[in-house]
Amino acid sequence: MADPEIKSYEQHHESRSPAVTESRPAQAVLMAIVFAFLGIFLLLPLIIVFHEALAKGVSAYTQSLSDADTRSAIRLTLLVAAISVPLNIVFGISAAWAIAKFEFKGKAFLTTLIDLPFSVSPVISGLVYVLLFGAQGLLGGWLKAHGIVILFAVPGIVLATVFVTFPFVARELIPLMQEQGNGDEEAALSLGANGWQTFWYVTLPNVKWGLLYGVLLCNARAMGEFGAVSVVSGHIRGLTNTMPLHVEILYNEYNAVGAFAVASLLAGLALVTLVLKTLLEMRYGAEIAATRGH
Amino acid sequence: MEVRVANVRKEFDRFPALHDVSLDIKSGELIALLGPSGSGKTTLLRLIAGLERPTRGNIFFGDEDASHKSIQDRNVGFVFQHYALFRHMTVADNIGFGLKVRHGPSRPPAQEIRRRASELLDLVQLSGLEKRYPAQLSGGQRQRVALARAMAIEPKVLLLDEPFGALDAQVRRELRRWLREIHDATGHTTVFVTHDQEEALELADRVVVMSQGRIEQVGTADDIYDTPNSPFVYGFIGESSSLPVKVENGEIWLADRPIGLAAPNEPSGDATLYFRPHDVELLDGCSGCIAGTVAASRRVAGTRRVELEIGGERQRVEIELPVDHPAAHKSRVAFRPGRWKLFPAS
Repeated sequence: MADPEIKSYEQHHESRSPAVTESRPAQAVLMAIVFAFLGIFLLLPLIIVFHEALAKGVSAYTQSLSDADTRSAIRLTLLVAAISVPLNIVFGISAAWAIAKFEFKGKAFLTTLIDLPFSVSPVISGLVYVLLFGAQGLLGGWLKAHGIVILFAVPGIVLATVFVTFPFVARELIPLMQEQGNGDEEAALSLGANGWQTFWYVTLPNVKWGLLYGVLLCNARAMGEFGAVSVVSGHIRGLTNTMPLHVEILYNEYNAVGAFAVASLLAGLALVTLVLKTLLEMRYGAEIAATRGH
Repeated sequence: MEVRVANVRKEFDRFPALHDVSLDIKSGELIALLGPSGSGKTTLLRLIAGLERPTRGNIFFGDEDASHKSIQDRNVGFVFQHYALFRHMTVADNIGFGLKVRHGPSRPPAQEIRRRASELLDLVQLSGLEKRYPAQLSGGQRQRVALARAMAIEPKVLLLDEPFGALDAQVRRELRRWLREIHDATGHTTVFVTHDQEEALELADRVVVMSQGRIEQVGTADDIYDTPNSPFVYGFIGESSSLPVKVENGEIWLADRPIGLAAPNEPSGDATLYFRPHDVELLDGCSGCIAGTVAASRRVAGTRRVELEIGGERQRVEIELPVDHPAAHKSRVAFRPGRWKLFPAS
């Protein structure tokens, strides 16, 4: 029995016809450009980060990482990520669900709104919170009267991070869910599953790879965000400094080893993210293609 | 389980998809909803399933009004057009899904669910494929798994949306016969949607012909084919030819000549004559017949189909001739329809 889906998949993986293949010199030039670009702009800085971090030996490196303020910055960054990533998972899934599976007024507007953090400078994102929660801000007086501290404290940093990382999960899921449609959910409901079972057994497994991608990217950004966090954090050493902010402070104090040691951790995070993503693609590539292709 | 659709109307954003549709489905019956796309057949099926709510009217399962029951509570087996198999689950898990999500004492133990899945796989002749994933199955196999999954919950009614739509012709014919056998063995009340008349006429006990959100005719294959009750059904089911005619004093006239057909009960005036191209009597002379010149001719399997130009208006009709008939281009052919029907001129 012929299977159109399997056929199309095979065709997809066949090599291209000679008519649309570039000549060898053209291929070589294109690849040279790509590698040169990647080397200068990505690989070289990465090497320098590690080189500088280890310039005075391994012990200086570990010593600068065990500094109390550095440790506090690491802890804060982990805490912020641990709060904002789950929040964005919940938000991302809800938004993607609403946009992909329902028809409602203002849907286009909501889709645009989700992209807002990508199009707005992070500094502006931070400033918005200052204007909202600051002493002279819209809610500042009320917050102060009730003894709630948001700005220049952990809540403000979390809010700014959540805002900046808003789109990652949602953007990854929306096209995926739109493409998959409602068929599987309807099937589950017709078999007697309730809403929660349908979500847990059918919807979530269908989007799990997209979700994982989104979470990885979201996490990387949550730990690496500088601009928005810088505006709302207040740069209080050992209290409201995240790793990126701490790097800047150390660098401005001419503590190159300290700055690059912390930077190397962030760079390491980026590398781990990349490796995880690549591993996922290698291990489950076919399955990822299948859940997307259907 | 009897299903009764009573005066159901369905609108999508104010656009009516179904106008006041009523239909009685008997227990154990195999019914086809047949119509062109946009006729409302899938909407009717989804209304019966509970995937849509009627704008007006009611749907009864037996004596019980099910109109406002959710799809979970209706206990229907629904087979989707593209099967909607859960791609991350094995075949066995797909089939067992409906049992696994049950609550409390009605939920069988895992072992029992596995046994039931195997049983159903035997029934759909896919024994041994428990551990496969949907992506590893052919289209026809997926179709069977989808049916087994729908039957696992012991539904009162089995609903199939274009069950063979995505399969190639050979597999379609095979599965068609097989579905009939399964239906006869299990006795489920079954409703399926199709746009393929051959499929509907061959497979179903009764066929519901739909057009533009209305039911045109309900009947057995013989009823539908031999006595279509509207120009639409005449045109949609099988081949048909039509001619504008006039009725005068109980006789049918084509332009200025009577064609030898009596219609004593028809009112005088303009009408349209419908007949089947293969159901004609060829005549030699022509006093009281339809005559025309051959404008085009083509060979169709065991017969020859010719297009005749009739009268001064050059109205074209198709009739079938035996392959050895001597009629050539421009030659004159006279005939009279065997079985025919008049409808008021549109």
